[in-house]
Amino acid sequence: MTFRARHLLGIDHLGPPEIVTLLDLAETYVDLNKRTVKHSDALAGMTQINMFFENSTRTQASFELAGKRLGADVMSMSVAHSSVKKGETLIDTALTLNAMHPDILVVRHPQSGAVNLLAEKVNCAVINAGDGRHEHPTQALLDALTIRRAKGRLHRLTIAICGDIAHSRVARSNLILLGKMENRLRLIGPRTLMPAGVADLGCEVYDDMREGLKGADVVMMLRLQRERMDGGFIPSEREYFHRWGLDAEKLALAAPDAIVMHPGPMNRGVEIDGTLADDINRSVIQDQVEMGVAVRMAAMDLLARNLRAERGRALAGPGLWDG
Amino acid sequence: MIMHFQNARLIDPEGLSDEPGSLTVENGRIAALGTDAPEGATVIDCNGRALAPGIVDWGVKIGEPGERHKESFRSAGLAAAAGGVTTMIVRPDTVPPIDTPEALEFVARRAADAPVHIRHMAALTKAREGREMVEIGFLYDLGAVAFTDGVRVVTDTKVLSRAMAYAKGIGALIVGHPQDAGLSKGAAATSGKFASLYGIPAVSPMAEVIGLDRDLSLVAMSGCRWHADQITVADALPALRRARKAGLDVSAGTSIHHLTLNEFDVGDYRTFFRFTPPLRSEDDRLAMVQAVADGEIDVIASFHTPQDEESKRLPFEAAAPGAVGLQTLLPAAMRLYHSGALSLPQLWRAMALNPAKRLGLDAGRLSKGAPADLVLFDPDAPFVLDRFTLKSKSKNTPFDGARMQGKVLGTWVAGERVFG
Repeated sequence: MTFRARHLLGIDHLGPPEIVTLLDLAETYVDLNKRTVKHSDALAGMTQINMFFENSTRTQASFELAGKRLGADVMSMSVAHSSVKKGETLIDTALTLNAMHPDILVVRHPQSGAVNLLAEKVNCAVINAGDGRHEHPTQALLDALTIRRAKGRLHRLTIAICGDIAHSRVARSNLILLGKMENRLRLIGPRTLMPAGVADLGCEVYDDMREGLKGADVVMMLRLQRERMDGGFIPSEREYFHRWGLDAEKLALAAPDAIVMHPGPMNRGVEIDGTLADDINRSVIQDQVEMGVAVRMAAMDLLARNLRAERGRALAGPGLWDG
Repeated sequence: MIMHFQNARLIDPEGLSDEPGSLTVENGRIAALGTDAPEGATVIDCNGRALAPGIVDWGVKIGEPGERHKESFRSAGLAAAAGGVTTMIVRPDTVPPIDTPEALEFVARRAADAPVHIRHMAALTKAREGREMVEIGFLYDLGAVAFTDGVRVVTDTKVLSRAMAYAKGIGALIVGHPQDAGLSKGAAATSGKFASLYGIPAVSPMAEVIGLDRDLSLVAMSGCRWHADQITVADALPALRRARKAGLDVSAGTSIHHLTLNEFDVGDYRTFFRFTPPLRSEDDRLAMVQAVADGEIDVIASFHTPQDEESKRLPFEAAAPGAVGLQTLLPAAMRLYHSGALSLPQLWRAMALNPAKRLGLDAGRLSKGAPADLVLFDPDAPFVLDRFTLKSKSKNTPFDGARMQGKVLGTWVAGERVFG
C-alpha cells in the first residue's frame, strides 16, 4: 500500500501513487455504501471528532456518516458556538481536545493555514475539511473519483474550472490534484475573481467563458462565495450569470460528452442554470455527493491504518525491529 | 448619390499632409482622392478651402436625461453640425447617470434626434458614487465605448482596481480624471499669484500629478486600457511618458480651453472661465500645446458642458464649471494654427483621428473607403463671436465677444449634408 501520510492536510503532500491508492480504496466503499448494511470495522473503537470553525452542513454530514459507517465513535462540535466565542485560542482548543485522546480530527477553519497549525499540536491524524481559501483535499479527491468514474480515466483530460477561483479552496486543491495527474487545466472567470499569478501554475486563463469551454471534457463550476467577499468583485448577479454562468448554450461548446460538476451548494441562476444542474445526462453533481462519503471513508481508513502502525512501532520501542 | 469636392485643401491626419486636391464621395464613403469628377456627380467647388475629416469630440455633456433645458440631443446635434463635429462622444454624468443598460438604451434612442453620429460612454460606478462598479459587461455589449465617472474621482483604490481588473477581462476602456480629490476639493482656480490676489480657493497643479500617478499605478496592476480625460499641467507629462515606455495601454486628452486660455483670462471673476480642472499658468498651457504637437497628448476635445444662466450668474467659486464648446472648438483650434504652434493635420490628428482610433470607431480619416464624415471650412475667415448665435441651448462660452478665425462652410455625415 502506498499511503504513508500521517495527516491529510492538502493535496500538495500527496503523490500520484497515493492519490490512486486512495481512489482505489474509495471504490470499494462506493460499493459498500450501496448495500443495505453499510458497515465496516475499519475504525472500530476509534474516536473521530469533527471540529467546524465555519458553518457547514454537507461536508460535516458527509464526514460524520463516513466515520459512523466505519464504526468510529463520532462527535461533531460546532465550534462557532463554543469556547472560541469565549476567547480561547486555536492552539488551546487543540490541546484541550488532544487531552481527550481522539484518533481522527476533522477540522474546517475560515483561515488559511489554521488546520496545519493545529495539526502540529495534536497526537492524532488530522483531516483538513477546508481551511480558508487554501485547500479542501477531500473535495478534490471526491471530484477526482467522480471524473475517473465518468470519463474512465484521470489523465489527459481538458478540465475547465469556472467562476470564483480567487476565494475557492476547492479550486486550489483541484488544480494541484488534476495537475499532478497530468491534465490540461483551464481557469475561467472575471479578472476580479482570478488570483494573481495563477497562469504561472501551469493553467490557461480565460476571460471569455465560451473560449475557455471549447472542447472541455469536464466543466467544473464553482460557487460565488459571497461570504468570503468584502463586496464589489462583480457588478451584479445577472451580469455574472450572463457571462460566466453555465447554461446549455455555453455547454454546447464543450466536448459533446462533457460532464458538469459543482461542489455545492449551488446558486441556481447565478453560476449555473437550474435545468442544466438537474440534467442527469450531463450533471454529475449528485454523484459528487455520493463519492464524497466514500472518499472520506477511504481517507480515514488509510490514516487509521498508518496511525495503528505508528502506535505499534511506538509500543514495540525504537530500534527493536530495524536494528 | 455621387459628390465630388474639387479645388479643396485636403487635411489628412493619417499622412499628416495638407495639400490641394479633390475628393469623391459615393454611397456615404470616400470613393476616390485626386481624380476627376465622375459622370453625374454633384460637384462642390471648395475654392481652396480646407476639407478635413469631421471632428470626433470626446466628452460632450448633453442634458438628457435630467437637464434638457440646458441641452438636448437635438440642440447639441445642431451645434455639432455647425461646428464641424460629426461624432459626439457623450458623457454619462447626467441626472441620473448612465449607469445601467436600461439607461443606456434610453439615451441611445434619444440620440436619434441628432443629425450627427453619437457614441455613448457609461458611468464606471453605480450612481457615480465610487462604491460599486456598473454592469460593465452588459453596457459594453450594448455599445458603451468607455467607462468614466467624469470629474468625480473614484477615491477608493480597491473599488477602482477591481473595476479596472474587471474591465480588463471585458476589454473595456476606462477614462480617468487624474486629480487628487482631497486636494482639489472646493478649488476653483490653480494656486498661484492670480488665485492668491483674487482670493479664490485654489488647488496646486500637483493634485493632477498625484491623481495621475495613482491611476497609472492601478493601470499597471490591472493591465486595463485607460485614458486620461484631461492632462493640463507640464508636471504630469513625465508620468505619462514613463507609463507608455513601460508598455501600458494608456492615452491622454486635453481640453481646447486649456490649450487656448490661461488662469489670467478669468480676469474679474468671469464665471464662463471656470473649469474643472481650473485654467492653468501660461507655462503649462504652452507645455500642453507642445505635448499635442509631439503626440504625447493624443486627444483635443471641447468638453462641451452646457450650463444655464443661473448656474453661472453666481460668485466665481459658487458658479458651475464648464463651457459649451461644440461650435467653438474649431475656431479656437485655429488660434493654435495661426500662431504656428500646430499644423492643421496635427490638429485633426488630435481632434478626429486619435479619438476615433482609441475608441475603435470608423471615423477620423481622409482616405479611400473611410466614411464621408467631412467638414469644409475656411481657416482664415474672421468673426467676432456673439454667444447668442450659438445653436446650443446654453450660451456659456468664454469666447463671447472674442475675435476668432475659422468658419465652418459645410458639414457632411456619411455623405449627407447636415450643415451649410
